[in-house]
Amino acid sequence: MTGICSYGGYVPRYRLNRGLVYKAMGWMNPANIAHARGEKAVANFDEDSITMAVAAGIDSLGGIERSKVGGVYFASTTMPYKERLNAGIITAALGLNAHIRAADFSGGIKAGTTALLAALEGVESGGADNLLVCSSDCRMGKPASPQELIFGDAAAALLVGDEDVIAQYRGSYSVTYDFVDHYRGEFAKYDRQWEDRWIRDLGFDQLVPEAVNGLLDRYGLKISDFSKVVYPCHYGAARKKLNKTLSISPEAAQDNLQAEIGESGTPHSLVMLVRALEEAKPGDKILIVSFGSGCDALYFEVTEDIRRMKDRDGISGCLARRADLDNYTKYLIWRDILPGDAGMRSEEDLWTRWSSLWRTRKMVLGLWGTQCKICGTPQLPPQRVCVNPDCGAVDEMDEYCFSDKVGHIASYTGDMLAASNNPPAVYGAIDFNGGGKYYFDFTDCDLDALETGMPVSMSFRRKYYDQKRDIVGYFWKAVPAKEVKENG
Amino acid sequence: MADGIRDKVVIIGMGCTKFGERWESSAEDLMVEAFVECLEDAGIEKKEIQAAYLGTHFDEVNVGKAALPLSITLKLPYIPVTRTENFCATATEAFRAACYSIAAGAYDIVLALGVEKLKDTGYGGLPGGAGRGVNSFMVGANMTAPGMFAQLATAYGARWGISMEKIKDAMAHISAKSHANGVLNPKAHLRRAVSEEQIKAAPMIAYPLGLFDCCGVSDGAACAIITTPEIAKSLKRNQDFVKVKALQISDSSGEEAMFSNWDGSYFVTTRKAATKAYEEAGIENPRKEISMMEVHDCFSITEMVTMEDLHISPKGGSYDDIMDGFYDLDGEVPCQVDGGLKCYGHPIGASGLRMIYAMYEQILERVPEERQVKNARMGLTHNLGGTPWMNVAAISIIGRD
Repeated sequence: MTGICSYGGYVPRYRLNRGLVYKAMGWMNPANIAHARGEKAVANFDEDSITMAVAAGIDSLGGIERSKVGGVYFASTTMPYKERLNAGIITAALGLNAHIRAADFSGGIKAGTTALLAALEGVESGGADNLLVCSSDCRMGKPASPQELIFGDAAAALLVGDEDVIAQYRGSYSVTYDFVDHYRGEFAKYDRQWEDRWIRDLGFDQLVPEAVNGLLDRYGLKISDFSKVVYPCHYGAARKKLNKTLSISPEAAQDNLQAEIGESGTPHSLVMLVRALEEAKPGDKILIVSFGSGCDALYFEVTEDIRRMKDRDGISGCLARRADLDNYTKYLIWRDILPGDAGMRSEEDLWTRWSSLWRTRKMVLGLWGTQCKICGTPQLPPQRVCVNPDCGAVDEMDEYCFSDKVGHIASYTGDMLAASNNPPAVYGAIDFNGGGKYYFDFTDCDLDALETGMPVSMSFRRKYYDQKRDIVGYFWKAVPAKEVKENG
Repeated sequence: MADGIRDKVVIIGMGCTKFGERWESSAEDLMVEAFVECLEDAGIEKKEIQAAYLGTHFDEVNVGKAALPLSITLKLPYIPVTRTENFCATATEAFRAACYSIAAGAYDIVLALGVEKLKDTGYGGLPGGAGRGVNSFMVGANMTAPGMFAQLATAYGARWGISMEKIKDAMAHISAKSHANGVLNPKAHLRRAVSEEQIKAAPMIAYPLGLFDCCGVSDGAACAIITTPEIAKSLKRNQDFVKVKALQISDSSGEEAMFSNWDGSYFVTTRKAATKAYEEAGIENPRKEISMMEVHDCFSITEMVTMEDLHISPKGGSYDDIMDGFYDLDGEVPCQVDGGLKCYGHPIGASGLRMIYAMYEQILERVPEERQVKNARMGLTHNLGGTPWMNVAAISIIGRD
């Protein structure tokens, strides 16, 4: 049996109330009032499609031996690198075996389901097993554009295999058209779109039914066979019309999370699928459809193993863990839309030495340290001479992964002098439960809420951006919270 | 068996520039200014100097690398000149190298000079990046010096169960005292009295450190000429000598940063170096025998915990001594008598020698009465370079017999 063996979700902590955006920019495009309800999920200043995919991947791999993962497919239209395998960064961050296949899927925003199909068919063919499909996007609309209000940031991850399947893959149907509702050229920072009425009436109204009816016909199914139908369409009226055309009952129509997250692009149908799986029961049939340069329709049947998924954060867990981004200009600075002055310290040359990164890649991307075989002391950065003064053994180290460990705050500060797009720069000493310590940047936290002794978990984040050479550097940061759980 | 430096070398001359924002002066100007004063004090000629050591830290914004800036600026005639660098202990390292080369019998008269020109960066605080290697920005937290040391306060409060309010009171007293001392010193960078209330109300730099908890970032140079007691006697008959009693340095082993036994609330290195320094100097009770100190008050919290690490205040108990005025100019062990890093200023590569200069002029009773420490016989200086978890602590003790 081939199918989805695990799921994970990620929604960034910060939510921007659309009313706040409209208040700032509505004067320029008053018709945007139609999109000004609810809130959109906004990646923190140190998040992007790669870091969000890693977060969803970590969630999906809870309780699963990482050495079992046989490949990583990453789907996004906002990958930080055009050349440098983005899925390769994710593979290293997740601490996976290097001897696996990894690939980037991009182009249209149906790339998420296309990557999922590639994984399902790869496993079905016997060529691969336990392929991790991660998808995320961080698409931007220009200030005062409808997209600025409509889009939100999120990620989903699905582990595809043929053992312990929670949702069996039953079939698919794809249509591909050069239907250009949205596009970005090679150097575009912002999304552009054609007229809404055309997107609704020709795009959603015709193309989604083509894919859905194609699938129903191919497998001899009726729409009422499905307990959930997942498809992304942020137009409220168009959704109502489509549900009616396709006879999707109100109970079966999976909510599109427009009020909580926004249209997240490539991952969106997968994000909705994860949300559906969180509430699914054994025997449920789920139809998932993507939209963007055509449609992929996939059909799954939920198994008894769905009950194993209880400890996932999923999309629901992330939705509950939220904080207001109560400042629109902060959002503009975080996304580098408004050029802010972070001071001369921010202009320091951060020149990535690739040969050096190669040597240190295990620590930088995977947060691997060492553990002394003689005395058992975990240590970060990796050491050759044991740091325990009563041991001091030389070259007696095993690799030791810190990214999945939890720790607690030993000391901290909030630094107004350090160059940051989110001052104060909050950082401090983390003592890992089980041994080892390191000084990390903290993220997704408020200085006022911190205390020594507070637990933290680790999160893969953007560490720096070298504007001169267009290099995004990544490392791990500590996320303080009242309660944390081990990654993995 | 090695028996240390005690009484083996004598400081026969010292010089120190005014510290501050010396916009009109280059590093070369500062070196010449300190050297002229020092040479005159020593009463020797330049050609009698047989070797020299230059301390500078931020080569990127200062004089560059190597020791050539010193030999060329002072036109030292083809003698051995060596650059020392060890974070904030840089000048103390130059001084140590000079002392040991005399004690070894290799030379008769040696110069140690520290200089730093920090105010060409274009912004406040220390320059970033330097000294941490090309990879540090990839894995190090986005830290500045105030934030590194601010963590002492959160860890110290947690260790001893002392409220941040109380810590802030002690920190404010520390800074107010240094400002009061700085007012009296014409060579100090910051010369304005500041009240404890003003200090506590200042803008936050790195929680819980406000603006007045941070020392001045300054330009300056300081130097010393060292010789043997015998030569000193021949040069300066019937005069008091300032002898070196102890020179100790302790470098972190990685244990504080990577091994979990250290709680972040004190300096392991300072404690180790202090114990050895007292032993080397033959001091049994530092609280009674040390007349005065210049400690590394880069931040007020550093001074607070250092008072304990030097084994003068009880562990976890510096608050009472600080608030009782024990370290004030008229206290039992006056500290930062020239204004300290806080107000005299902190040109990294010069500070160690500036501290020794402050003790030297007190021991020789060369300062005006208003800031003269009574019975100033034994002075201790202390530098702390790096971060609380990875640093070099340097202690010098000098005194009059």
